[in-house]
Amino acid sequence: MKRDIIINQFVIKFANINGTGSASANNLFSRGIFRMGVPISPKNIFPSNIQGLPTWYEVRVSESGFLGRRGGIDIMVSMNPQSMQRDIAEVDKGGYFIYDSTKPLDPKLFRDDIDIIGLPLTATCRELYEDPRQRQLFRNVMYVGSLCALLDLDIEVFKQLISDQFRGKEKLVTPNVKAIETGYRLAQENATCPMAFRVEKRNNVGNKILIDGNTAAGLGAVYGGATVAAWYPITPSTSVIDAYSKYCRTFRVDPETGEKNYAIVQAEDELAAIGMVIGSYWTGARAFTATSGPGLSLMNEFLGLAYFAEIPTVLVEVQRAGPSTGMPTRTQQSDVLLAAYASHGDTKHICLYPSTPKECFEYTAMAFDLAERFQTPVILLSDLDLGMNENMSEPLEWDDERTYDRGKILTHDDLENMKERYGRYLDVDNDGIPYRTLPGTHPTKGSFFTRGTSKDEYAIYTEIGEKYIENMDRLQRKWRTASKYVPKPIIRKTDKPCTIGVVHYGTSEASTLEALHHLNTLHGISLDSMGIQSFPFSDEVGQFIAEHEYVFVVEQNRDAQMRTLLINEYDFDPDRLVPLLHYDGSPITARFIRREIRDWILQTTTSPRRGSRFF
Amino acid sequence: MSYTVPSFRHPNLPRNELGYTSKDYEGAVSTLCAGCGHDSISAAIIDACFQMSIQPHRVAKLSGIGCSSKTPTYFLGNSHGFNSVHGRMPSVATGANMANRNLLYIGVSGDGDTASIGMGQFVHAVRRNINMVYICENNGVYGLTKGQDSATTDLGSKSKKGDPSPYEPIDLCALSLQLGATFVANSFSGDKDQLVPIIQAAIAHKGFAFINVISPCVTFNNVSSSTKAYDYMRQHMASTNTVDYVPTADEITTDYQEGTTERVTMHDGSYLNLHKLEAQHDIHSRRSALKLMKDYGAEDKVLTGVLFIDETTQELHEIMKTTKTPLRNLTEKELCPGADALEKLNNQFR
Ligand SMILES: Cc1ncc(C[n+]2csc(CCOP(=O)(O)OP(=O)(O)O)c2C)c(N)n1
Ligand code: SF4
Ligand SMILES: [Mg+2]
Repeated sequence: MKRDIIINQFVIKFANINGTGSASANNLFSRGIFRMGVPISPKNIFPSNIQGLPTWYEVRVSESGFLGRRGGIDIMVSMNPQSMQRDIAEVDKGGYFIYDSTKPLDPKLFRDDIDIIGLPLTATCRELYEDPRQRQLFRNVMYVGSLCALLDLDIEVFKQLISDQFRGKEKLVTPNVKAIETGYRLAQENATCPMAFRVEKRNNVGNKILIDGNTAAGLGAVYGGATVAAWYPITPSTSVIDAYSKYCRTFRVDPETGEKNYAIVQAEDELAAIGMVIGSYWTGARAFTATSGPGLSLMNEFLGLAYFAEIPTVLVEVQRAGPSTGMPTRTQQSDVLLAAYASHGDTKHICLYPSTPKECFEYTAMAFDLAERFQTPVILLSDLDLGMNENMSEPLEWDDERTYDRGKILTHDDLENMKERYGRYLDVDNDGIPYRTLPGTHPTKGSFFTRGTSKDEYAIYTEIGEKYIENMDRLQRKWRTASKYVPKPIIRKTDKPCTIGVVHYGTSEASTLEALHHLNTLHGISLDSMGIQSFPFSDEVGQFIAEHEYVFVVEQNRDAQMRTLLINEYDFDPDRLVPLLHYDGSPITARFIRREIRDWILQTTTSPRRGSRFF
Repeated sequence: MSYTVPSFRHPNLPRNELGYTSKDYEGAVSTLCAGCGHDSISAAIIDACFQMSIQPHRVAKLSGIGCSSKTPTYFLGNSHGFNSVHGRMPSVATGANMANRNLLYIGVSGDGDTASIGMGQFVHAVRRNINMVYICENNGVYGLTKGQDSATTDLGSKSKKGDPSPYEPIDLCALSLQLGATFVANSFSGDKDQLVPIIQAAIAHKGFAFINVISPCVTFNNVSSSTKAYDYMRQHMASTNTVDYVPTADEITTDYQEGTTERVTMHDGSYLNLHKLEAQHDIHSRRSALKLMKDYGAEDKVLTGVLFIDETTQELHEIMKTTKTPLRNLTEKELCPGADALEKLNNQFR
């Protein structure tokens, strides 16, 4: 096969069996390329199972810095006979299929439009290692070594990474380095090295970091001043608490006494977890919980209480594919409506939609400020793709001048000097936000009864219709105030005026921006775009949609939930909001978005009804 | 609708150490049915706190939903209160306690709130040994939703509508003993002399103090077939001990007879004198408590009093080793690692 050499632009996928230790080898592969200064975007595709089922690891290598999923596979590293049939079929024409040739390839699977490379990995491991566990582990490291030869990677970078990784456990360095070298030799002996896809050192990652969104969110909670975390384990949110716990142990334990400046309670269920968060805020600490869709469903009743009784609450929701248990280890953006309107009665909650680890960090820290400023639940809506995959991200930043915004809390002296009667739900400043008091503040002033039942401005129970309406309307006023504080959308306009816009949020961002780039360079179609960052929508969101004739809403769910939210909150003609939906549980790809938009535009420009006013 | 009590103060009302009269411990006027046992429990809480000279604003009162859960409005008007959602008071109390360990937490619940919808949270609050007083105002019926059977309704007992309950009741005292509760008491709303010192002892106890108070519902369950009716309790109540709570400050004047009285020192230095009627009962033995309850039950008697105390255990903060400073008092200075630390972390991610 005659081939062009392609440098730093390809997608490689590893097919493994879970529980075999492949994750750390795959990780090593990604980090090595990252250290060579070439942008990467790795994605884990794993089953809801601990051992024995197929798992995949897909790495996008992109010199241009495209970090979304591209679509298509150039190189498949097949280490799982179970899924081999599917895996070989998935390789793009002109790609490579690398497999363990200890067992010969079934001739039925053979394809002549790709290159097939067999490496006797297992056989070599059997010779080199006695212990079966070691055979398995080093086979993984070995294929990373082979890839060094095949992709022309700098093997020294990998050796360095290994010695960094095992610092303090030097005994482990030598056998790992040996495995890398053996793999390298095997590739040289069994294939033409390097192959057409290659990696060359670049300086394209700058000071970026490689971090998963959940770790960033957990750190955000430490920096944001959370002292109580209450949670119930659920994939893909568990690692948020793991990270919070890890960094609390680093930063929040008194080295002398061992006393902790934090408390983590593993609750009996999600109802209890959110109850504990609400209780903590009620007595005045910053607290949070982390969960996924099923947990959010359980938390609904309490979220209504927090909304109506006006108690700050912070919740990190890492979405996975629903409904019900759905595909618990696959990604989706399908809890958008549930989060926005969680609970019975007229309720709505501040939502933040991060697209990068840096935003996970910043928005989590910000959530604590917003929750206290507006005395209401704040939901950080992340997803499995962002939360559990290492993403290349701008470094995390913190301004040491920054102070926590605790919102309107009356102190002992405020109460002491207060002439008028304290009213918990009085709108003193006409922004809808009343003043809170915390238990234990003053012996005779400021106490009130917190309740989920209807009450007047003085927190006294009432069922008088006008009083109820007054309160509900004040909550609406508070909501409008919040729309001025939450992060504004990120709007990217083309230099020419254009009548079509593209709306995205969360993890659909990277693929959408890449698709827009290629629509422009390959098809001459340039479109404006807007990344929605939060709910309530700030004025700019409505303006952007109003300015465009048609707006695509790109999202990863079946029911076009963000589109519904937009139509519900504004009164746009639904025809103008074109859903662009991806919901098979894998992260949305740039190719898919590009194709959908291009096809729609081609179709629409030829259809008489919509005319050709777009360009 | 609840009202604020007029602030008229009788000049001759006795004052406690803080200079407060019992009026300062009252709340809004109750809206419960006249004669409801729950109101007597509120009165007992008021007395207990007044006598112990507790700063009302240092108390946080929490409840779930039900007639019983409404009562925190009717006592300690100068305390913050939280009427949460049905059956979930334990989690709210846990979080509140995590955030500020220096307040006194009094939780009020009903038998529906505790033994049905809230059973999960209740058992876990017991298990975690949260430092709080948990009072279950047990009337064997759902009062607020008008008379349905609860999980503590006696087998065979007829509701107002006439159907006998076909299920075995849950005994909350036995359950909490088995779960490892560190303070368990049983009492009757109509017996203030017993209830007030029990509440005081529960307040002095460090850890989860559970008090089951049989509290007749005059509207739906004060029927002859119920063990939660006034008449039944008056006739069938037996006490394991009479309780006499002695605060830290008081001099030890009560003389007690060796063999019939046991003194239990609470962790704050106050103590309980238990004048034993039942010599075999060892207040520190779960087994003895459970056996005695069974024995009396067999004779159709309800055993009341302090059934079990363990003053040696650790409450949740001690187990978790949280700082002595209430977490809510910590500021950026203690909580935020700062920009330099973050830059070091960034490097670990490169
Ligand atoms: C989630 C939910 N389900 C049902 C109710 C209706 N409800 C209110 S109080 C109550 C029962 C209360 O019984 P109990 O705790 O024994 O209190 P009591 O009124 O007898 O004192 C029920 C079922 C509710 N408020 N919330
Ligand atoms: S219905 Fe029963 S429990 Fe409720 S207030 Fe009336 S007497 Fe008390
Ligand atoms: Mg009841």
